[in-house]
Amino acid sequence: MSGVRVLVGTRKGAFILSADGKRDRWDISGPHFAGWELYHLKGSPADPNRLYASQSSGWFGQIIQRSDDGGKTWYQPGTPPGEPPAPGPPQAASNKFVYDASDETGRPLTTHQWYDGTQHPWEFKRVWHIEPSLTDPDTAYAGVEDAGIFRSTDGGENWQELSGLRGHGTGPKWQPGAGGMCLHTIILDPGDPRRIFIAISAAGAFRTDDGGKTWKPINRGLYSKYIPNPTAEVGHCVHHVAMNPSRPGVLFMQKHWDVMRSNDAGESWQKISGNLPTDFGFVIDVHAHEPETVYVVPIKSDSEHFVPDGKLRVFRSRTGGNEWEPLTNGLPQRDCYVNVLRDAMAVDSLDKCGVYFGTSGGQVYASADAGDSWAPIVRDLPAVLSVEVQTLP
Amino acid sequence: MIRVILPQHLRTLARVGTELQIEIDGPVTQRSVLDTIEARYPMLRGTIRDHVTQQRRPFLRFFACEEDLSHESPDALLPDVVASGKEPLIIIGAIAGG
Repeated sequence: MSGVRVLVGTRKGAFILSADGKRDRWDISGPHFAGWELYHLKGSPADPNRLYASQSSGWFGQIIQRSDDGGKTWYQPGTPPGEPPAPGPPQAASNKFVYDASDETGRPLTTHQWYDGTQHPWEFKRVWHIEPSLTDPDTAYAGVEDAGIFRSTDGGENWQELSGLRGHGTGPKWQPGAGGMCLHTIILDPGDPRRIFIAISAAGAFRTDDGGKTWKPINRGLYSKYIPNPTAEVGHCVHHVAMNPSRPGVLFMQKHWDVMRSNDAGESWQKISGNLPTDFGFVIDVHAHEPETVYVVPIKSDSEHFVPDGKLRVFRSRTGGNEWEPLTNGLPQRDCYVNVLRDAMAVDSLDKCGVYFGTSGGQVYASADAGDSWAPIVRDLPAVLSVEVQTLP
Repeated sequence: MIRVILPQHLRTLARVGTELQIEIDGPVTQRSVLDTIEARYPMLRGTIRDHVTQQRRPFLRFFACEEDLSHESPDALLPDVVASGKEPLIIIGAIAGG
């Protein structure tokens, strides 16, 4: 029988939640990497046993972990457990993210805009998001803070920057949002292996059509009143972008404020906030089988990061936006003041589509009926940073 | 023989006990100690000092003999009692929390 594996990153470790296709009884494993921040975990679509995890700490920096057995055991790529270190200089470089400043690959880029308007050097801080290749388990992309995108083609042992993103021309105008200048969204186009979409807070969305050599901003139609030119080419605080793989040209975006939609691969965007109680938020996702069914979790405001009115409500549109219905069955409807962060929602591809999200209060909720009803899988984890789900054969 | 005490999280990564014991030919300095540790436990590269700049990570400290040696030159000789193994070099996470 098919099943699901939900990968949960939290402020203090990772947890793996597993169930069969009914999705009503769950096994919980963890904490993995206890005490560390797990910004993101994700499985390879090409090999469900291959998982990647971003483990980080203010004290010890960045670690990349890999599992080849579906999360039962983990190791740092390049240093398999049980093997003695190779003689000679240390080889492990799975946590080495060094920005490309070579002449061969473009203009050396060393600065971006700082909060005070001065130029500031790029400094690696952590990996926010790992996106495994759709076809090769050994290839994965990493979105990092300060914003850049790296690629590994050897299972995470070594990472090289796709420096054309920072070097395409607008890099010096990028500046951090309150959470840092992070590249948090990576979407691989299933119909065109050369096309990748990414998003950065607070620079905006970008696209490559040549496998990452060259990039361009795709922010036309975004309006952000918190920047000097509200329709600027870059500077928009895009919180998350989602796509249904069956329609890779249609994108949905949760911006700082505003929920947006593009029908032309990001060339232009239209506002679809419609009747949402507030259009501030972080997560957005699309139903696995219904490409016009979209989910968001509205948050009260940019200064009050919790759900409005003490009610945890997922809003669903079945019309591709503008018309939204609150989904409340099984979710707390009083005295609830949690947040749902940008990478903390995912959908499975079972029938009916499962929807999952995690909160800053440590709850992970699941719906096995596309959002009609919800139940907590766990209630008391550390604050949830990310939720991904694998649909297993 | 030089004794080094790592913070708990780094012991977990390196899969070692409380105390490391290492041998160094030549001057015993912060740099030579860290070079030796990283050669033996490559999974610790980048966790104590930056991969490229080799600067100590800001929230880590180096203590020995009840002294904070964190701001000493990485090439300064460590105390004789550390070089002889009588006292350990302690690598410790700065207090910060919540």
